[in-house]
Amino acid sequence: MTDTLKEIQKKEVELEKGVERTRETRVYTPAVDIVEKDDDIVVFADMPGVDEHSVDVTLEKDLLTIYGRIEPEVPENHKLVVSEYGVGDYQRTFTLSDEIDKDHIHATVRDGVLRLVLPKAEKAKTKKIPVTGTA
Amino acid sequence: MTTTYLERLLDPWKEFDRMNRLLNMTASSGSSEYPAVNVWVNGDKAVITTEIPGVDRESMDISVSGNTVTLSGSRPAEEPEEEGSYHRHELWHGKFSKTIKLPFNIDGDKVKATYRNGVLRISLPQLEADKPRKINVS
Repeated sequence: MTDTLKEIQKKEVELEKGVERTRETRVYTPAVDIVEKDDDIVVFADMPGVDEHSVDVTLEKDLLTIYGRIEPEVPENHKLVVSEYGVGDYQRTFTLSDEIDKDHIHATVRDGVLRLVLPKAEKAKTKKIPVTGTA
Repeated sequence: MTTTYLERLLDPWKEFDRMNRLLNMTASSGSSEYPAVNVWVNGDKAVITTEIPGVDRESMDISVSGNTVTLSGSRPAEEPEEEGSYHRHELWHGKFSKTIKLPFNIDGDKVKATYRNGVLRISLPQLEADKPRKINVS
């Protein structure tokens, strides 16, 4: 049970020494699923609170970065009495291989889950080799 | 840290927090910790927020009884497993249920809930009949 709990808890992004953020907010590492299929690689990231306008997907050389900006919604005049989770931005970076068709990356967000489709470049696609039996 | 009876009396929220912890410990095991919630209070109103991305709206259930509210639902897997090979598998899916206790009885008819961008927000007013009343002395 402790293991499950650990996975569910949000992890904050660790900053390199000497690096500071300009925006005063916490930044969390979103949990992801990465699924490789025949024609593409699909990434799912849990980013609750993020919509299509507040998520940025950038590709610089081989680094794919997802960044979700959160504007915390605090109920007016209310006092926080139980705090089990923190609210903040999301950031995670992945290194892509050359096998990705970088011009056709597609991203959608639904119910706080980002879905990124990274199509494989033509040459990296799995080719099925027909096996013929000898008659 | 131990708290004396007097301290608890002076800070009902500390006691409320302690009760919630106890309640969740004894409640259904396994999924009782998910989802994490934040509870906000303003006098006779409370707001509970929780991050539950990707949850199937149809499965979501909020039930109120006395001073407790139970959230339950389920999150389907984003992709059928057989369709590909997983390089990372960190997302959680399955059923969840969690009970939260408030320091007042909730007016079930006035509970409002919204689910937006994977964040569930429930506002729970106190039951009118339980509110303190001012008695005029004639």
